[in-house]
Amino acid sequence: MNKPLRRVAVFCGLLVLALLARVNYVQYVQAGQLSSDPHNRRVAINQFAQPRGDIIVDGKAITGHTTTTGSDFKYKQTFTDGPMWAPVTGYASQAYSTTMLEGVEDKFLTGDDDRLFFNRTVDLLTGKQKQGGNVVTTLNAKAQAAAYNGLGKKKGAVVALDPRTGAILAMASTPSYDPGSFAGNSLTDEKNWNAVGKKNDPDDPTLNRALRQTYPPGSTFKLVTAAAALQNGAVSDIDKDTNSPDPYILPGTTTPLPNEGNIPCKNASLRKALKYSCNSVFGKLGANVGLKDMVDEAEQFGFNKEQFVPVRADASNFDTEMSPDHVAQSSIGQFDTTATPLQMAMVASAIANNGKLMQPYEVDKLVAPNLSTIAQTSPKQMSQPLSAENAQKLQSMMETVVDSGTGTNAKISGVKVGGKTGTAQHGINNEGTPYAWFVSYAMTDQGSPVAVAVVVEDAAANHDDVSGGGFAAPIAKDVMEAVLNK
Amino acid sequence: MSASNTTTITSIGAPNRRNTELAMLLFAVAIPVFAYADAGLAKHGSVPASLAEYGLGLGCIAGIAHLLVRKFAPYADPLMLPIATLLNGLGLVLIWRLDQEPSITTAQLGGPMAPKQLMWSALGVALFAIVLVFLKDHRILQRYTYISMIVALALLIAPIFFPAVYGARIWITIPGVGSLQPGEFAKIVIAVFFAGYLMVKRDALALASRRFMGLYLPRGRDLGPILVIWALSLMILVFETDLGTSLLFFGLFVIMLYVATERTSWIVFGLLLSAGGAVVVGSTEAHVKVRVQEWLHPLALQNGGVTETAQSRYAFGSGGLFGSGLGEGYSRLIGGIAPKSDYILATVGEELGLAGVMAILLLYGLLIERGLRTALAARDPFGKLLAVGLSGGFALQVFVVAGGVTGLIPLTGMTMPFLAQGGSSVIANWALVALLLRISDTARRPAPSPAPSPDAEATQVVRSQ
Repeated sequence: MNKPLRRVAVFCGLLVLALLARVNYVQYVQAGQLSSDPHNRRVAINQFAQPRGDIIVDGKAITGHTTTTGSDFKYKQTFTDGPMWAPVTGYASQAYSTTMLEGVEDKFLTGDDDRLFFNRTVDLLTGKQKQGGNVVTTLNAKAQAAAYNGLGKKKGAVVALDPRTGAILAMASTPSYDPGSFAGNSLTDEKNWNAVGKKNDPDDPTLNRALRQTYPPGSTFKLVTAAAALQNGAVSDIDKDTNSPDPYILPGTTTPLPNEGNIPCKNASLRKALKYSCNSVFGKLGANVGLKDMVDEAEQFGFNKEQFVPVRADASNFDTEMSPDHVAQSSIGQFDTTATPLQMAMVASAIANNGKLMQPYEVDKLVAPNLSTIAQTSPKQMSQPLSAENAQKLQSMMETVVDSGTGTNAKISGVKVGGKTGTAQHGINNEGTPYAWFVSYAMTDQGSPVAVAVVVEDAAANHDDVSGGGFAAPIAKDVMEAVLNK
Repeated sequence: MSASNTTTITSIGAPNRRNTELAMLLFAVAIPVFAYADAGLAKHGSVPASLAEYGLGLGCIAGIAHLLVRKFAPYADPLMLPIATLLNGLGLVLIWRLDQEPSITTAQLGGPMAPKQLMWSALGVALFAIVLVFLKDHRILQRYTYISMIVALALLIAPIFFPAVYGARIWITIPGVGSLQPGEFAKIVIAVFFAGYLMVKRDALALASRRFMGLYLPRGRDLGPILVIWALSLMILVFETDLGTSLLFFGLFVIMLYVATERTSWIVFGLLLSAGGAVVVGSTEAHVKVRVQEWLHPLALQNGGVTETAQSRYAFGSGGLFGSGLGEGYSRLIGGIAPKSDYILATVGEELGLAGVMAILLLYGLLIERGLRTALAARDPFGKLLAVGLSGGFALQVFVVAGGVTGLIPLTGMTMPFLAQGGSSVIANWALVALLLRISDTARRPAPSPAPSPDAEATQVVRSQ
C-alpha cells in the first residue's frame, strides 16, 4: 500500500502548494487592486486615520481636525468660517467623500502623496505617525470676507483674481453651507447632509457657483466683442463714430435688436457704446467681426474649455457654429453664450494686465509636514487675447464706464477703476429673475492688483444700469478695496 | 539494513524524541503568548490582563498533553502535538483579538468567543487524553467497523432535524449545552469505518474486476458501497446544503479506496462521479449556486452592499507581505460571526500578512505530511488506512476551507481546523491528532526483540522488500 500512499502524500503536498500559490496571487498580485477598490472601506478609514493636513489662507489654517469616537474613523475635519470658505475648501466628510481642494489635494492632505514619500520614510524610522501635508492657497482673507459679506443673503458668486499672476484672491458663492456640519459620520451629519442636498434645498447650497455654474454673461460679454473688434481691426479709434443704426436689424432677419431705455446709441463711438451698453452697436460689431474671429477671441479668453485651478471649473460657452444673426446676439452675451464668474474675472484681468491672460490658480504651494515646500505654483501666461495697445484702449473705455457710465457705484477715490455692468435676462420671455453682473479691475502704479467678477442671481430689477451697477458693483468695490487695503 | 530500505521499521530502538517534542512545545506556547501580548498592546496599549490566564491555559493544555504522550505513547511522532498546540494557540489569540471589536462581539452574536474556545480546547485535550489512555492499540477500533458506520450515518443525518443556520443544516442544538457540528466527529468515525471495511474488501475490489477501455471495472457488488457513499454525500449536500462535508467524505473515501486497492481507476471513477454530482447540484441548488456566483465574481455588490466574500478578499489584499500587525487590521468589516469562524484566515492574511498565511499553511502541510508518514510507517493495513484517511480528510478540509476563503474554489461552510472558533471542530481535531499519535506510536515502537537464540552464532535478519 505504500506506493499509492506516497502518491496521496504528493497529492496533499500539491493541495498545500496550490493554496500557497493562491495566497501569493491574492496578497501580492491582486493586493494593489483590492486595497484601492472604492468599495473597500479601508480606503476611507485610512483617509481619516490620521489628522489631515490643513488648507492655509494668509498664513492661517482655515481647516482643522478633531478626534471622533464610535466609528471606524479617528479624525474629523473642522472648518473655520465654513460657509465663507466652502467654495475653496469643499468638504472632507467621513461619510460623503471629498470635494474642491479637499478632494483635488486629498492625497497630499492625507499624506499618501508620492511626493511625501521621503517624509513618510523618515516618520517611519523615527516612529512618528503619518502626517498630511498642508495646502497654502493664494486667497486673500479680507477680500474673501468682503465678497462673502457683500453677497450676504443674495444668491450669487464672486471671483477676484490678481491679473498680474492669475492668483485667485477671492472665491465666494452664496447661499453656502458649512462643510463642518457633515464632516463626521453620525446621524446629525446625515441630517445636515440631507438638508443641504439639492433635493431638499432648491437653492443648492453645495453648488460652487464661482466655478461650476455658467450664467448668460449679458452685457459684460461686450468686453470680449470690443476686444475682438480691436484685434480684428474692425475698429481702431475708440472715439470715432461707428456706422450703427438704432435699432439694429439682425442680419438675415427682420428682427430688430433694441437698446434698453432711451440711450444715445445711433452711430455711437465704441467708448460711448460701452458706457451706455449699446446692444445695437455691439451686435453689429460682432456680426461684422464674424463668427471665426469672435470664436477665436472668446477662446483666447478661455471660453469653451474647462479650467483647472486646480479644482475644475466648468467650461464657458461661445457657440462655434452659428448664423450671422445668432453671432450678433451672442456678441452681446445672449443666445447660447454662457460664462462662469471665473471666466468673466479672467476677461477683466486679461484687459487689466495689458492683454496678457495669466492662468488662474488658487494653490500657491504644497508644504510637507516639516514645512519644506514640496511644490510651488509659478504664474504662467495662458494666452494673449489682445495686444497691450488695444488692452489700454479697452481699459480707458472701462474706466469711462465707472467714471461716468453705468458703473459709478464701483468708484474708489484715488484709484483708477475700470468696469462693465451687465444684466442677463433668462427664461422663456425673460420670466426668470435677471442676473446682475459686474466685472471690474482696479489699477495702481504697479499695474492692476485685482480684477473682480460679481454675479447676483436675484436682482429684482430689469434695467441694465440699475441692476448690474446697483447690485453687483458695490460688492466688487468692497472686494477691490479689501485687496487695495483701503 | 540495505540502503534501499526506506521504511522506518527497524529492530534497532529509534530515539523516542520526547525531548524534541517538549522543546518544540515550548515554542508552540511561547509564540501565541507573545502574539497575545502584541495584540493587546496594539489594541489597548497594554499587555492584556488575561495574558496569564490564556498563557497558563495553553501551557497546561500543552503540558498535560505532553506528559500523557510521554507516558502512554512514548514513541509517537514528536511534531504533531506542537503543531496542533501552536495552531490552537494562534487561533485563541486571533479569536481574542477579534473579540476586542465591539461590532462583532455583541450579545446577539454570542459575546466574546475566546473564553469558550479555551474551554473547548481543554475539552479537546480531555478527549485527546481519553483516546491516548484508553485506546492502547488502534487495531481495537477494527472491531467496531459496522458500529462506526451506524454512528457516522446517525451523526450525518441528525442535523436534518434541526433548523438551518446561515443557510446550511450542519448543526444540532442541544438545549442548555449549545450547538454541535456532528460532521466534524463523523469525519473521524467514518474514517474508522472505511479503514475497517476496506481492509476486508480490498482484495475483492482490487482483483475481481474486468478490464474495460484500459480501466479496471470492479464487480457491481464491490462497486455498490462507493455508489452508496456517493449518493449519500449528494444527499447530505442537498438536504443539509453542506458542500464541504460531502466533498470531504467523498474525497476521503476515494483516497482510502485508492490506497487500499492500489487501482488508479478508483480515482478516475471518483473524479467522474464527483464532477457529475457537482454539476447537477451546482446548477439546481440555490444555496450552492450563490456560492459559485460569489466565487466567480467575488467583488460584485449584492443589494448595493459589499458581500462577505468581497470583504474577506479586501482583508487579504490589505495585508501585504507582513500584514498590519495583530490588532491593527479591519477584518471586523467582514461582519457577524464569520471573521472568527469561516473567515479567520482572512484575519491572518490582513494582520500577519502573506508571510503569516504561508506559515500557517505550511504548519497544516507539515501536520498532514506527518500524518501520511505515520501511514507509511504503520505496520498493519488498518493502521495505514486509518492514518491516511484521517490525514487525507484533514488535508481536504484545510484545502476546502483555505481554498474557499482565498477564492481558489467556491466557498463551503467548514472550519479551519484548530484555528477557527467552534467547539466541535476543536474537540474533534484533538481526537484526530490523538488517533494519529496512537498509530505513530505503534508504528515507531521498536519491534519486540527476538527470543534469545540457542545457536552460538548470531543470525542475521534479512528483510525482503
